[in-house]
Amino acid sequence: MPYVPHTDDDVRRALAAIGVDDVDDLFADVPAEILDPQLDLAAPMDEVALLAHLDALAALDQQAVPTFLGGGVRRHFIPSVTPRLAMQGEFVTAYTPYQAEVAQGVLQSTFEFQTMMSELTGLPIANASMYDGASAVAEAALLAVRQTHRETVMVSRAVHPETREVLQTYLWPLDIDIEVVDLEPSLTTPVPAVGDHVAALIVQDPNHLGYLEDMPAMAAAAHAGGALLIAVVDPLALAVLREPGSYGADVAVGDGQVLGVPMQFGGPAFGFMVVTDALLRQLPGRIVGQTSDVDGRRAFVLTLQAREQHIRRSKAKSNICSNHQLAALLATVNMAALGPSGLREMAEGTVRRAHQLAAALRGAGADVAPNERFFAEFVLRTRAEGATVRRRLAKRGVRAGVPLPAEYGIGNGVTLAATELTTDADVEALLAALHDVGELGVVGTEVVA
Amino acid sequence: MKIPQELRFAASHEWATEPADGIVTVGISDFAQDQLGDVVFVELPDVGRTLAAGEAAAVVESVKTASDIYAPLAGEVVEVNGALLDAPEAINTDAYGEGWLFRLRVTDPEAWGGMLDADAYAAVAEEG
Amino acid sequence: MSDFPLVFERSAPGRRAARPPVTEGPGMAELLGEDALRADPPRLPEVSELDLVRHYTQLAHRQFSIDGNFYPLGSCTMKYNPKLHEDAADRFLDLHPYQDPDHAQGVLALLHGLQGDLATITGMDAISLQPAAGAHGELTGILMIRAYHEANGEGEQRRVVICPDGAHGTNPATASMAGYDVVEVPTGPDGEVDIDAFEAALGPDTAAVMLTNPNTLGIFERRILRMAEAAHAVGAQLYYDGANLNAVVGRARPGDMGFDVVHLNLHKTFTTPHGGGGPGTGPVGVKAHLAPYLPVPLVKREGDRFVLDAERPRSIGRMRSFYGNVGNLVRAYAYIRTLGAEGLRRVSSMAVLNANYLRMKMKEAGFTIAFDRINMHEFVAQPPAGLRTLDIAKALLDHGVHPMTVYFPLIVKEAMMVEPTETESLETLDAYAAILAEVLQRAQDDPEYLAGAPRHTPVRRLDETTAARKPVLRHGFAPG
Repeated sequence: MPYVPHTDDDVRRALAAIGVDDVDDLFADVPAEILDPQLDLAAPMDEVALLAHLDALAALDQQAVPTFLGGGVRRHFIPSVTPRLAMQGEFVTAYTPYQAEVAQGVLQSTFEFQTMMSELTGLPIANASMYDGASAVAEAALLAVRQTHRETVMVSRAVHPETREVLQTYLWPLDIDIEVVDLEPSLTTPVPAVGDHVAALIVQDPNHLGYLEDMPAMAAAAHAGGALLIAVVDPLALAVLREPGSYGADVAVGDGQVLGVPMQFGGPAFGFMVVTDALLRQLPGRIVGQTSDVDGRRAFVLTLQAREQHIRRSKAKSNICSNHQLAALLATVNMAALGPSGLREMAEGTVRRAHQLAAALRGAGADVAPNERFFAEFVLRTRAEGATVRRRLAKRGVRAGVPLPAEYGIGNGVTLAATELTTDADVEALLAALHDVGELGVVGTEVVA
Repeated sequence: MKIPQELRFAASHEWATEPADGIVTVGISDFAQDQLGDVVFVELPDVGRTLAAGEAAAVVESVKTASDIYAPLAGEVVEVNGALLDAPEAINTDAYGEGWLFRLRVTDPEAWGGMLDADAYAAVAEEG
Repeated sequence: MSDFPLVFERSAPGRRAARPPVTEGPGMAELLGEDALRADPPRLPEVSELDLVRHYTQLAHRQFSIDGNFYPLGSCTMKYNPKLHEDAADRFLDLHPYQDPDHAQGVLALLHGLQGDLATITGMDAISLQPAAGAHGELTGILMIRAYHEANGEGEQRRVVICPDGAHGTNPATASMAGYDVVEVPTGPDGEVDIDAFEAALGPDTAAVMLTNPNTLGIFERRILRMAEAAHAVGAQLYYDGANLNAVVGRARPGDMGFDVVHLNLHKTFTTPHGGGGPGTGPVGVKAHLAPYLPVPLVKREGDRFVLDAERPRSIGRMRSFYGNVGNLVRAYAYIRTLGAEGLRRVSSMAVLNANYLRMKMKEAGFTIAFDRINMHEFVAQPPAGLRTLDIAKALLDHGVHPMTVYFPLIVKEAMMVEPTETESLETLDAYAAILAEVLQRAQDDPEYLAGAPRHTPVRRLDETTAARKPVLRHGFAPG
């Protein structure tokens, strides 16, 4: 079923028009020794068989069970109206809006997206989205290097470990150094001394372990050394938390999954980047601007394209071409559906549920880290290794526990996340499962995995 | 297409005034601005920067293209046309006047004489 | 005529569409501290659900799409995106990337299967599904090449990446991002890379050669085996930009052509939706000697289990968080599994047939073909002398069809790059050719016709100069 409409007659008619006898004649330029290799692929399935096959695979995956996983992706409320509107065929099957006259749907919704991200972050200039939060952080670091002509970035160890790995991958070939700021016992980042060799200080708020950082002090420290502050933020948290623009961040970046994108095993969601006016010309990626048409009507268009790879080629600000438009559209529709009060209720519900969960765990004898300033997740120290705890809980029907990497030096542990979708029954299920696996105050319980 | 007789040109379409006290003014030709179309942004060199002849010194962007502007002579940047940052269209409307880009204190004032004169440049522009 | 409103302009305080479950409890200041909170709420729209539905439905109607009509963008492979794939993807929405891998064996099996299928289709030894887009895959590939040269002690020596002058802009931009200098080689009179210039450009400083085959003119590089041999003879690695794989998928493999690295654009050849600009998905494949450098993690089979293998000491590291654009990977898997080898062969065969048919039709209609010969999945045309490609593109919009890619590749003046894809019928191609002929005819009859086009689109030609000179990049809220 290759979705090809050609009948035998069509093929004959086309060949006659071209003036060749056989379709194979059209492949005459391909060296004969490499043409038509045997491909060992599975026999084709029809629609019914394919869906049955996928159902069988999906049945091996734990879905729709109590979930306490965070670490950059969380299960949040997505109203039915959001995917129904964003996933309309016109949006799904459009290309990049190069012909603006017939692409106002994508262009205007992107302008709305840029405005919403600007409102959330308190910074004026947003692009049309990036691949994900981690690569957006790496691109932000490159922006800072271009802007300051300095070749070192400082990054808090409490920035998501995968984000730091991506940063390393992007900066390695350009010989840009990375200095890591270690954590305090509170599992937050101390305010570092930022030297005049540093292009940017990168701090995540809430950090990877869930805790709030002293962002105004971070901004002051970065600026004292002439560096930029890159704030890695959770856009849903910004419905209640102070926004990067208010404390002087130069760049706000992050991942937008929490704004209405299904988890999908980690992708695709979207990254975002919002900057001060001073950094407009350094911003990578697509940007939509407002203008008017020849009749004077307001209209939207891709603008400032001369920064981009298709024009600047080897001198472009980045090689980025695709953005994550459709995921950003999901977030745009979702934010419009929820409005300021709905988004605030989600953020507040997340905070309340997370704090209720921490209290319930403490009440049951669990070893919850003492820092109380967390948004959606927090650290639980465990007897068994984090990954083992996670597997044992999964066997009891609960998805919980992002393992803590050894680099934090706090021994075995996991982070646990709650959201506004967490129910009392979910919490009971988690407590029962933790009890079962010997992680709730019962010293010396042997557990059979 | 205007090509003032008193200026000298580079084959890459920059013009330079005759050195006065060792200083030349640099811009892009009327032909170059016409090829670029509406200029929307200009990136200028830092004052104090030393440039070799032929070194990329500035960038002129139109809606669909961006062009490097090369120093036609070696020297140090002593002044840039900051007014272009707000009004880059001056390059289109007055390429040889208000559309100037930067001034150089040239290392070798004699080198100016070796640049293309108006007639030679007209031939270059003719070929595109 | 009035402006089409922004969603912010449909807003009225107190309205809203959706309500999350509400949890009562202490205030935020009590839980987090007053200093942690924002002073003013973000000015997001406040609209009723019906207003929301109408707003985004009307915006959808202001958007051209494949679902709506013919969209023959060269180099973009705008083929039909099967609805079945959307249902396929829906089965894997509620999966968290950090859930216990033993309880994610279904999706891991699928990803492992896709790695294998893509290796088979490209003729490579190993595949990473991680890159988020074609350009991201390019960066992944070039970084692997760099790591390989460094491991061989040739990192300092090899500083140059060679690209043809017709290359996609991402190729040189990627090479720069990876810290390399770029050398362009010209295209010869037959539309293929000038082989003498190419061989002269190769040397001990060459790190990689980036090629698209067929190239951006839609012409297959017949000397590819010789080029591969020449590149390898100087120790360079050969990189395949997979943007044009739709021309040969199922019938020829970059691995057999001699390429060491390949990236695929799943949103092109494997028909995951373009989504108005993304998400794309750009898996990379490598030959065995580069496999140790693939990004982490890879999906690996251990006995009857699938695991995420992050313990790979020579890896270039991570390119993004998690494992890839899984939603799109599911769609591509569904495509390959419903087509099989024979189906893929038919895809490229009919894509090439359609492109050659439309080339003949456009010649009849009065267009010139750059490097006129049998082409592969796309070709590059030029309008009759005196007419501008941009004007013709705008006139096409009035006929309800989309223009081709315009002004690319840069090496052809007034370029019109046309790629019909295999999913279009001959009737559609005939209709397009008829529209093109009509546009040329009307342009001859009425000098004002082209300059005034488009006339019937939701908006008409835009003032792009003002947009770039005085950027307005967000809505300006009324004071108060």
